[in-house]
Amino acid sequence: MIRYFLRRVLYAFPILVGVNLITFFLFFVVNTPDNMARIHLGVKHVTPEAIQQWKAEHGYDRPLFLNRERSGFDSVTDTLFVDRSQKLFSFDFGKADDGRDIARDIKTRMWPSLAIALPAFIVGLMVNITFALLIIFYRGTRLEYAGVVGLIALMSISGLFYIIAGQYFIAKLWQWLPISGFGEGINAYRFILLPVLVSVVSGIGSGARWYRTIFLEEIGKDYVRTARAKGLSELRVLFRHVLKNGMIPVLTGAVVVLPLLFTGSLVTESFFGIPGLGSYTIDAIRSQDFAIVQAMVFLGSVLYIIGLLLTDISYTLVDPRVKLS
Amino acid sequence: MNYTPSRYEGLVHYGTMRLWFISLFLPVLLAGCGEVWNNPYPHEDSGQNTLYSVFEERPKHLDPARSYSSNEVEFTGQIYEPPLQYHFLKRPYTLEPLTTAGLPVVRYWSSDGHELSPEAPAYAIARTTYDISIKPGIRYQPHPAFAVEESGQPRYLGLNEQGLASINTLGDFVYTGTRELTAEDYIYEIKRLASPRLNSPIFGLMSEYIDGLDELNRQLVVVAKSLPRDAWLDLRPYEFPGAKATGRYSFRITLKTHYPQFIYWLAMPFFAPVPWEAERFYTQPGMAERNLNLDWFPVGTGPFMLSENDPNRRMVMARNPNFHGENYPTEGEIEDSKKGLLTDAGKSLPLIDRAVFTLEKEEIPQWNKFLQGYYDASGISSDNFDQAVQFSPEGEADLTSEMKEKGIRLVTAVTTSSSYMGFNMKDPVVGHPGGESARKLRQAISIAVDYEEYISIFLNGRGIPAQGVLPPGIFGYKDDFNSVVYTSPGKRRSIEEARRLLAEAGYPNGRSAKTGEPLVLYFDTSATGPDAKSRLDWLIKQFSKLDIQLVIRATDYNRFQDKMLQGNAQIFQWGWNADYPDPENFLFLLYGPNAKAGRNGENAANYTNPEFDRLFVQMKGMANGQQRQEIIDRMTLMLREDAPWLFGFHPKAFSLQHAWMGNVKPNLMANNTLKYRRIDFLQRERKRADWNKPVFWPFVVSLLLLVAIVWPAWRQYRKQEEARA
Repeated sequence: MIRYFLRRVLYAFPILVGVNLITFFLFFVVNTPDNMARIHLGVKHVTPEAIQQWKAEHGYDRPLFLNRERSGFDSVTDTLFVDRSQKLFSFDFGKADDGRDIARDIKTRMWPSLAIALPAFIVGLMVNITFALLIIFYRGTRLEYAGVVGLIALMSISGLFYIIAGQYFIAKLWQWLPISGFGEGINAYRFILLPVLVSVVSGIGSGARWYRTIFLEEIGKDYVRTARAKGLSELRVLFRHVLKNGMIPVLTGAVVVLPLLFTGSLVTESFFGIPGLGSYTIDAIRSQDFAIVQAMVFLGSVLYIIGLLLTDISYTLVDPRVKLS
Repeated sequence: MNYTPSRYEGLVHYGTMRLWFISLFLPVLLAGCGEVWNNPYPHEDSGQNTLYSVFEERPKHLDPARSYSSNEVEFTGQIYEPPLQYHFLKRPYTLEPLTTAGLPVVRYWSSDGHELSPEAPAYAIARTTYDISIKPGIRYQPHPAFAVEESGQPRYLGLNEQGLASINTLGDFVYTGTRELTAEDYIYEIKRLASPRLNSPIFGLMSEYIDGLDELNRQLVVVAKSLPRDAWLDLRPYEFPGAKATGRYSFRITLKTHYPQFIYWLAMPFFAPVPWEAERFYTQPGMAERNLNLDWFPVGTGPFMLSENDPNRRMVMARNPNFHGENYPTEGEIEDSKKGLLTDAGKSLPLIDRAVFTLEKEEIPQWNKFLQGYYDASGISSDNFDQAVQFSPEGEADLTSEMKEKGIRLVTAVTTSSSYMGFNMKDPVVGHPGGESARKLRQAISIAVDYEEYISIFLNGRGIPAQGVLPPGIFGYKDDFNSVVYTSPGKRRSIEEARRLLAEAGYPNGRSAKTGEPLVLYFDTSATGPDAKSRLDWLIKQFSKLDIQLVIRATDYNRFQDKMLQGNAQIFQWGWNADYPDPENFLFLLYGPNAKAGRNGENAANYTNPEFDRLFVQMKGMANGQQRQEIIDRMTLMLREDAPWLFGFHPKAFSLQHAWMGNVKPNLMANNTLKYRRIDFLQRERKRADWNKPVFWPFVVSLLLLVAIVWPAWRQYRKQEEARA
C-alpha cells in the first residue's frame, strides 16, 4: 500500500510540473508582464517607469524561461518560471498582484464553495441514483419512456436557464428565498438552498441517464437473476444488490470529483453571489492575476490527483477483489 | 423467519417519500418564521438607518496613494479626507475647504525667487506654492495602530506570528486609539506617492509638477532595495522641497512649474493624510499573511470607517465616532430647494449610520433585489431599460407606470465623459501624412457615421452627440454644433456631401482615383462577443454608405494596447472621464507632446498641430473667463476642421432611486457624497414588507404535481408486485 502511494506521488510530480509549465506558457503567450502592469496600474497616466517599478516589485522583471545574463545552470534556474514553481511545490502561493495573501484567500473562500458544492453533490448523487433505479424498475412501461424523455429534456436545457428560472420563480415571483448573496453561520442556509436546488435539478438529466446505463448493465447479470429467484422484491434487488455491484463505475465518476468540490462552481457562484473559489478563479482570469491563476490551476491539479487516488482506494473498499499493488 | 418483502418495503417507501417531502420544504417553512422570507440581510439589521448599495467588482486598492478606479474611490472617498472637496450642490463645480481652514493660498515665483503677481504670464512662473492650513482638532478614526499602553508606548508594536495567533481581522484587536491630524500626515502621504513600494498611478504625472518628487523616488528606490522586502519604509526622515510642514497645522506644496489645475488634485484621496503609525503597524510580521494592510483596512478622518471588509461578499462602512463634524450645505442652485435638496440644510453630517455594499456581479439579481427594495438605488442596464424607462413623443425620458407605482425616481445627468472614434494621425491614409486628402476623408467619415442612430440603437437614447471634445459641465463647452458635420443643430449633412468630400479626397465612389482599388480602412478594437458584433456590424454599415470597406481587426485588450502604443492602429474607439472640471483635462488629449505613440501620453490619435499646441499651453495657465473661452473656441474650431476624432457622444447616466432615499444630486466630480444621503428607513421597512409577501399557492401546486407524478408510479409498482405475487 505504502509503495503504491509513493509510486503515485512520484507519478504526480511530472504531471504537476507539466501542468505548471503549460499554465505558465499559455498565460504568457497572451499576456506580457507589461500588460499585467498596465491593467493593475490603471489606464490613465501610466508611465514606462511606473510599469518597470511594478514589475520589479512583483518579480516580473525577470526573464520567463531563460536568463541570458546568467550562464550554465543559473540561466535556467534564475528565471520567473523556476522561482514561482519552487514556491508552488512547497505550497507557498505567495501574494496576489493586488497584495492579498493567496493561501489565506483560498482558506477563507473554500468554505462557501463547499457549502454549495457538497450538499449539491450528495443530494444530487442520491437523487440521480434513485431516479436511475426507479426508471429501471419501471422498464418496459410507459413510465420508463416518460422518465427517459424527461431526463433528455432536462439534459438539453442550458445550466444557465435553471439558474435564471430558479431565481425568477423561487426568489422573484414566489419570494421564498433571497435571490443571491451569502450569509454567515446558520444564516447561510437561506442562501444555500436555491443554488443547491438548481444544481441538483440541472444535474438530474445527465446524471440519472448515466447511472441508468451503468445499472442496466448490471441488471442482466446472474446474481440478479439469483436474487429474484430467491423471491426478493424488485426494489430490494435494485437498491441493495444492483446498487452495490454498480458502485465501481459510480465511484469512478463520484469520488474523483470529491476533492474538486473545494474549487467550487464558476457560473453558480457568480450568479448567486457566493464568495467561493469558483468566482475567485474567474475574477483572477479577468484581471490577469497570474499568481492566483497559477495557484488555482496547481491546486485543481493536486486535488484531481488526490481524487484519482481516492477512487483507487474506494475500489478496494467496495470490491474486495481489487488490490492496490 | 417469515418475511413479506413487498408489503414491508411499500411502507418503507411511503415513509421515505414523506421524509423527503418534509426535508425538502422544512427549511423553507423555517425561513417563513419572519414576515418576509427573501430578505438577504440579517433580521437584526431591520429598522436601522442604513443605506444599501452594491459594488460590481472587488476593489483592488483602498490605499489612497494607489486607488484610482471609481469602484475604489467610492470607498476611499468616504474614509479619507483630502484638503478640499467639491460643493455638493453648487454648479459649476466649486471647490471648498474640507479639512482646511480656507482655500490654499497660491503664490507664483520667478526663477530668481521673486514673488510674481497672480496675473503673471505662465512662461514667467518658475515655481508655484500652495500654502495650506488645516483645522486643528481633527482626529483619526479609532484604530489599533494608535492604541497605547498606560506608559504611552504603542500597545501593538513588536507583534509576531505568536502574538497574532488569535487575530484574523482588524476587529480582533481589542484596543484602539486615535490621535490628532497634523500637517505632517499630509506630507507623509505626498511622499508615499513617490514610494517604489506603492506604485502610485499618479506618481508619473505628479513628478512632472511637484518639486523634487522624482528625486525622492530615486532615493527611495535605493533605500527600498537595502531593506527586507516586507520591512517598513519609514518616509519621515526623507525631506524633499515639494512638500514641507510650516507648522503643526500648516504645510506648503511647491510646484516646479505653473499648473493651475493642481488645485483639483487636492480634492482627491491621493492627497489625503495617512498616519505613519498605520504603515508601521501594518508592516509587522504576520500582518500581510492575514491581509491586514493599508490597502484593505484604511485609516482616515472622514465621516465613515470601514467596519467590515470582506471584498468577496460585502463591505460595510459605519459612522466614524471621531468625525470632526460637518453640516449639510445651506445653499445650492435655485431649483435645489424645490427638489427638496435643502431640506436638511445645516444638519450635522453624515445623515446615515451605516452603508452596506454587497458584491453583485450579475445584473439579474441586482435588478431584482432593487425592485424588492433591498437596494436603495440602481443603475439601468440595457436588458432592464424598457421595463424601467419610456420616452414621451417629445423624446423626454420618463419612468414606466410599474416604476412609478413603486415610487421610484429617475435621476439623469450627462456625464463629464467623451466617447470618440479616433484616427491614428501617423497613418499614411487617414493621418497627417495624407495631408489635405486625408483631412477630407476624415470629414466625410465624420458625416457618414450617424451617432444619433448609434445612441438610439445601442444606448437606449442615453447620450448626446458630441460636437467637440468638451462635455457639458466643463468650462468651455458650448451648446452649438459642429458645422463640418451638421447644417443645423441635430441635422447631419447629407451623404451626398460626404461622398463629394470623399471624391475630393481622391476616392470617388470609395475607390482610389489613381489605382481604381477600393478604399479599405481598418478598425482596431478589443471588443468581442455578441454585443460588440452588432455594434461593429453597424459601424461597417456606416462606412459602406460611402462604399468604404471597413475591416474589423479584433484583438485582445493587451494587443490593442500594444498597437496603440506603437502607433499601429488606424481607426479606434476610445473614451475619457474627467479627472477634474477643467478643459485642460480634455484638450490635453490632443496636445502634440502628449502623443501615445512613442511618448506614452494620452493623445491616442497622435494628433499634432503646432497652433493648437500653442493655444493649449496658453489656455492651460489661464483662469476661466472670456479670454479663455475664446481660445477654447478657436481650438474647438481647429479640431472640427481637422477631424482627428469623430466626436462621438457624451454618455448620459440614468439611475433609479427609491422614494425613501433623499439628497441625491448627480455630482460627477465629488466622490464623498455618501455623507449627504438620507434614508427614511421606516418607509423602507413598510415597503419591503408590502412588496415581498411570500406566495403560497405554488406550495399547493407543487404538492399536487408530486402526487400526479407519484400516483401512477405507485399504481404501477403495486401492479408489478401483485403480478409477481
